Amino acid sequence: MKRTDYPALGMAAYTSTLPNGLAVCVVPKPGWRKCRASFVTNYGGADRRFVLDGRRYDTPAGVAHYLEHKMFDMPDGSVDGIFAGRGADSNAYTSYAVTSYHFTCAGQFEENLRTLLRFVSTPYFTGQTVEKERGIIAQEIVEGEDDPSWAVYQDCLKLLFGGHPLGSDVVGTVASIQDVTPEILAACHRAFYVPANMALCVAGDVDPEAVERAALEALPGDRAAAPARDYGPDPGVEPVEKSRRRTMEVSVPLFCAGAKLGPAAKGPEALRERLTAELAMRCLWGKSAPAYLELYEKGLLNDSFFFELDHAAGQSFLILSGESDRPEAVLSQLTAAVERPIDPAFFLRQKKAVYGGFIRMLDDFFELTESMADGCFAGFDLFETPGVLDGITCADVSAWAAEHLAAGRFALSIICPKEEQA
Amino acid sequence: MERTRRELLPGVFLTYIGTDKFKTSILSLHLLTGLDRQTAAQNALLPGVLRRGTVASPDLTALAARLDGMYGAHIEPSVRKLGEIQAVGFAADFVDGACLPPGEEPLEDMTALLGELLLAPNTRGGLLLPQYVESEREKLLHQIRALVNDRAAYAQSRLLRLMCPGEAYAVDALGDEETARAIGYVALTRHYRALLAASPIEIFYCGSAPADRVAAALTDALAALPRGELDLDIGTDVRLNTVEEGPRTFAERMDVEQGKLVLGYRLGEAMEEPDMAALRVMNALLGGGGAAYVNSRLFVNVRERMSLCYYVHSALDVMKGLMIVNSGIDPADYDKTKDEIDCQVWAVKEGAFTDEELRTARMGVSADLLTLTDQPDRLESFWLEQNLLGLDYGPEELAALAEDVTRADVMKAAAGIACDAVYFLSGGREEEDEEN
Repeated sequence: MKRTDYPALGMAAYTSTLPNGLAVCVVPKPGWRKCRASFVTNYGGADRRFVLDGRRYDTPAGVAHYLEHKMFDMPDGSVDGIFAGRGADSNAYTSYAVTSYHFTCAGQFEENLRTLLRFVSTPYFTGQTVEKERGIIAQEIVEGEDDPSWAVYQDCLKLLFGGHPLGSDVVGTVASIQDVTPEILAACHRAFYVPANMALCVAGDVDPEAVERAALEALPGDRAAAPARDYGPDPGVEPVEKSRRRTMEVSVPLFCAGAKLGPAAKGPEALRERLTAELAMRCLWGKSAPAYLELYEKGLLNDSFFFELDHAAGQSFLILSGESDRPEAVLSQLTAAVERPIDPAFFLRQKKAVYGGFIRMLDDFFELTESMADGCFAGFDLFETPGVLDGITCADVSAWAAEHLAAGRFALSIICPKEEQA
Repeated sequence: MERTRRELLPGVFLTYIGTDKFKTSILSLHLLTGLDRQTAAQNALLPGVLRRGTVASPDLTALAARLDGMYGAHIEPSVRKLGEIQAVGFAADFVDGACLPPGEEPLEDMTALLGELLLAPNTRGGLLLPQYVESEREKLLHQIRALVNDRAAYAQSRLLRLMCPGEAYAVDALGDEETARAIGYVALTRHYRALLAASPIEIFYCGSAPADRVAAALTDALAALPRGELDLDIGTDVRLNTVEEGPRTFAERMDVEQGKLVLGYRLGEAMEEPDMAALRVMNALLGGGGAAYVNSRLFVNVRERMSLCYYVHSALDVMKGLMIVNSGIDPADYDKTKDEIDCQVWAVKEGAFTDEELRTARMGVSADLLTLTDQPDRLESFWLEQNLLGLDYGPEELAALAEDVTRADVMKAAAGIACDAVYFLSGGREEEDEEN
C-alpha cells in the first residue's frame, strides 16, 4: 500500500487500488481502542435505471435501500449475530449516492473485517426473506412520512427535481416497494456491488497491509466495471416547482429551501468546488454570518437552522432548513445576503473555522471513513483539504455565490401547524 | 489517559482527562440544582441568555468572531436532566492545542470566555438585558412546544409525566410552557445570582494540556464566582414500587400513521444497592442499544421473529431506577406488541435466556464502554453521571465488571422490575374516538 504522510495533520494514510478495482484507504489511529471499517458501494437510491447484460432495468424507487436490508441475510442465517457475538456494532445506510456497510469494534478487527467483506459480497435472497422484510421497510417509510423534518426535506427535493430520481424518497414508497423481487435485488447486486465500484475505508489502530490482504482474499479477483446509470434528461438548475406548503401536527412551521448547483465536478477539482461552496455557505448563512445573526436576533430563526451540500446522480445541490414563523421572509433575507460584499477579515476567520472543523472531523470515525469513501468515488484526496482551502480566495467565494445562488434558483417547502391552515 | 478530580473552589470540581489521542478538546461546566417544576424553565433559560453577550463581547456578532478566531470553536448552552438533578451550563469543543501552531492554542481563550459567559454577562443597571431574556424565552417556549415534532421523544416525555405525577422526575429538562411564559428579566437576574451562589459545579476537561495548566486557567477564569451556602443535598428520589398494583394505561391521539408504544418500568429492589454492571448487561440482553442490540430479546423476538415493529429498544435511568421500552408499531398490533414486550421482560427475570445471549450482552456492554474512551463527549457524560452517583471507577473498570456478570447477577438485577405505566400515541381523529 502507498503511505502518504500529512505532517501538518499529524497523520498518515495508506491507499491502494486492488487489481479488481477496489479502492482501499486506511488511516491508522495509534492508541485508539475503536476501529471502524466502511465498505461502501457507489450505488444509492438515485441509481435506478441501467443496462446489464443487454437487458434494460428500470427499478422501483427504494430498491437500493431494500437491498441494503437484505444483504445482512446469509445462507447460514443473519450476519448481525456474528458481529454482535464479537461485541462489534454493525449497521448500514443508504443515501441517494451510496450504500455503506460498516462496523465499529473494540477487538477482533480482522475477523470482523472478513465478515463484512464476505456478507456484502454474498447475494442471498429468497422469496420468503424478501417478503418478510416488506412490512419492516413499510414501517420505516411510514415513520419517515410522519416525521415532519424528513417530510419537509422530501418535499423540497421533489420541488427541485420533480420526476428525476433525486425527486423521490431514497426508501421509496409503500407502493413502490411492492414491486421489489429477489430477481431485481440480485440484478442490482450483480451490477453495482463489483469491487471496481466500491471502496473499503478503515480508521483505527490497525495494520494497513492486513486490511489489503483481507480484501484480496475475500473478494473476486476479476475487474468488472459497473454499468452506466441513466438518470434521464439533465435536470438543469431551475427548480421544477417553486413552492409547496402543507400541514402536519407540528408546533411551528418548518421550512426547507433548496437550490440545484448543476453537475458535480470530478477529480481534484471536486474538493476545491466543495470547499468553495462550504466557505460560501458559511460566509452567507453560518452562525457568525450577519444575515443569520440578524434573523436570529429578530426571532425569525433559531438554533435548529442548518445548511448542507449534497452530491448524487452526478449533480450537486444544497439545502437550508429550520423552523420559522415567516419562512418566505427568511429565505428572501438569506438569498439577499449574496448581494452583500464579504468582509475580508471575516472571510479569513471563516477559513480558519473551516480548517478547525476539518481537523476535528479526523477524530470522528463515522465522518472520516464516509468522507474517505466519498473522496475515492469523486476522485480527490480528502487530506489535501488544508492546502486546497488555503488557496481559495474571498473573490472565488463571491464569484461562486453569484453564479449559483440567485434568488430565482431556490425552491421552498413549508410544513405548517394544522390550525394555521384553518 | 491520566484522570484526576480536584476541587478548584468551594463546591467547584474539575474532572480532568489528559490525553494526546484527540485532535478535539472539550470543556464543559454544569451548575447542579434540584429539578423542580417552579424553577426548571428559569434554569433552562439562563445559559441561553448568558450566551447572548458578555461585558467584553456584548452581542452574538462579537462572540462569533472570537469563536471563529479560535479555529471555529463552539461553546453552546447545555441543559440536562440527570435523574432529578438539573444540570445547566455550557459545553465547549475546540481544536486541541497540540494540532495548532504555538501561540494559537485556544485553551486559555476558551476558559476565559467560559468564565465571562458565566460571570460577566452583558447587563444594564445590574440586570440581564430585557431584549435578550425575551428573545431567549421565546426560543425556549418554542423548543418546549417543538417536542411534539419528534414523535418518539414526545411519547416518552408524556409517559414520564403521566407515570410519575408526584415526582420531580415528571418535569422535563426544559421545564414547561406555563412557567417559562411567566419569566421576566428582573426575576431571572435574581434567580441567576442565587443559582450561581448556591449550586455545586461540575467541570470536565479532556485534552492534551497538563492538569495544572487547566486548573490554573479555570481558577483564574472563575475567580469572581460568588460562593454562598451551597445546596449540597440535591439528589434523586428513587421510588422502588409501582404507583398502583398493576400498570396504569394511557392513550393519546395525534395525526400520525405509526403508533408509538412506550412502557415505563420501575427497577425495584435492584436500586437498593445497584450493581451497575449487572444492570447494564440486563438491559443489553433485553434490548439496550450498542453492539448486542441485534441479539437482544426485544430485537430478535418483537421485531425480527414477529415483525411487530420497526424499532423497539429499552433504556435505563440508573439514577432514577427506571427502565423505558420504546417502540414504533402499527396501531393494530398494540395488544400483541405489549404482550410480547412483557413476555421478554419476564424471560429476562426468569433467566430464560441462553448462555450465548448472556455472553453477547456482556461483550456488547464491555465493547460499548471501551469504545466510549475514544469519544470525549461520551466520556464527559459518563463522568458527570459517575460524579453524581458518587462512583469513581472508570469505563475500563466497569467494562471488566460487565465481563464477569453471571446469569444470577442478571436475574437479581431484573428481579424487582415491574411495569408501572403504558403509554400509546396513535393516529385517528378525536371525534372518531367519541363516536366509538
